[in-house]
Amino acid sequence: MTSDISIKINNLKKSFKNLEVLKGVSFEVKRGTILALLGPNGAGKTTIIKVLSTLLPPDKGEIKINGFDVVEDAGEIRKIIGLTGQYAAIDEYLTGRENLEMMGRLYHLSKAESKKRARELLEQFGLVESSERQAKNYSGGMRRKLDLAVSLVATPPIIFLDEPTTGLDPRSRISMWRIIEDLKNDGITILLTTQYLEEADKLADRVVVIDQGRVIAEGTPDELKNRAGNNRLELFFAKSIDFNKAQQLIFGTNLSVDEMQNSIMIQIEKGVKEVKDILDKMEKASIEIESMSLHKPTLDDVFLSLTGHETETVRKE
Amino acid sequence: MINYISKNKSSLYWIFSDCYVLIVRSLKHIFKNLDQLMSLALQPIMFLLLFRYVFGGAINTGGTSYVNYLVAGILIQMAAFGATTTSINVATDLKRGIVDRFKSLPMASSTVLIGHVVADLFRNIISSIVMISVGLLIGFRPTATIKEWFIILGILLLFTLAVSWTSAILGLLAKSVEAVQWMTFMFVFPLTFASSAFVPTNDMPKILKLFAENQPVTHVIEAIRGYMVGTPIGNHAILAVIWCLVAIVIALPLSGYLFRRIGT
Repeated sequence: MTSDISIKINNLKKSFKNLEVLKGVSFEVKRGTILALLGPNGAGKTTIIKVLSTLLPPDKGEIKINGFDVVEDAGEIRKIIGLTGQYAAIDEYLTGRENLEMMGRLYHLSKAESKKRARELLEQFGLVESSERQAKNYSGGMRRKLDLAVSLVATPPIIFLDEPTTGLDPRSRISMWRIIEDLKNDGITILLTTQYLEEADKLADRVVVIDQGRVIAEGTPDELKNRAGNNRLELFFAKSIDFNKAQQLIFGTNLSVDEMQNSIMIQIEKGVKEVKDILDKMEKASIEIESMSLHKPTLDDVFLSLTGHETETVRKE
Repeated sequence: MINYISKNKSSLYWIFSDCYVLIVRSLKHIFKNLDQLMSLALQPIMFLLLFRYVFGGAINTGGTSYVNYLVAGILIQMAAFGATTTSINVATDLKRGIVDRFKSLPMASSTVLIGHVVADLFRNIISSIVMISVGLLIGFRPTATIKEWFIILGILLLFTLAVSWTSAILGLLAKSVEAVQWMTFMFVFPLTFASSAFVPTNDMPKILKLFAENQPVTHVIEAIRGYMVGTPIGNHAILAVIWCLVAIVIALPLSGYLFRRIGT
């Protein structure tokens, strides 16, 4: 394989009974990059992952991974992919080490290789200390790590991560992000799904936005964020007099006012500098700000700008 | 990136290897799942003691003492209960996503069923030993020769295989682990209670008697009882073997088919 495209999906369609879940999805993933599939629950993200990992046959469409067809060469594909599903698919009763060694054997590594890989992965994922504990006693973050480690046992060049950080606490999420970035630096091609724009922004080289079984946008995280609108600064005032003065002071900029809460929402177009300027201006005019918050554009904003409707959970994937 | 996957062994070798790995996995579960281990040990003792002392005096079993009559019945009832563990384990694997993972590997993923079924065999041997030991303490006096004990073991394992493969199907069809509970209950309870496990069928109402005397579990129990304590065997043994083989021949390929189709 000399092509620099790892995954190629062309016009993928899939229905369950009468429900059309994927209505002709097309995109490509370049070798050694991270592509994020961004979309709400029920958009069809998990179905795409299942088709790619040969769990589900597509109804229509051409899907190739490293040149292998998902239908005709399923056996070949299973040797070069690693799948980490939405739920930590590990054996609760086995220890972390036993899980890894078992998966090594099932990936058809030799006994010695399986042991070696298990040791390496326990180390890489910081699980050495808990390696002899049953997985059912692991925390949510540890489970996810073990789950991801399991999918890397055979050092696959391509991995699929289905919502790798959903349900994790902030610290575990950040540690998971770091691991995913490390994997990319090792040259692994990664396709992940997420509901969070922030996550796609942090990790992905390219983002494909999926809604109701269709690709509705594609681009770099920056391109998408620009379409989703700017960061917004929200200022709250304790006294009405400050509230009124503030409105006059920054009159003309892109802002919206909430009379009920005595707050002003300002669109930030030029980043931190602009925030500082606004605060300085307030300070000089002796306007007392009670509190402030900065809002980043969310998946909802992307959706609002792309489709005109907010994300809605159609049904559980 | 090095890809470690070996390419120099035959696919048949790897099918056996997959089987072995998953059997070891399921066997480890027996001893790592303490709750299951407790019920494995306690349930047969409980049933044996309760039936022996609560119903024992009220049930006329002809020439045989009640405890001698009872052991074969409870042995098979426990074997049937034990063999339904497969359906719970299969349903759990499906729900946890482990089956999805196995299916994405270059392995023979349906061997996961074989692992659970083989674990049932081991589990039933353990609970049978526990139960027969307790039976001996409370007056069970078998007359079986060594050869007859091996025949008993053979029938017990064949019966366990038949129930395990059938319950694998239930595990694959169930929508949740909870659903498995009532499905196996509906499957195992009528078969084990409407049989000659605890009382002779003579005094049952006519239709129930007709069912109880001709259903497979009764044949299995009567055969085992015959070998254990010398009650008449008749054609029970041969019918027991035929029933079990038929169930296995149907359930084995059917469960494989359902396994491949699941989730698609």
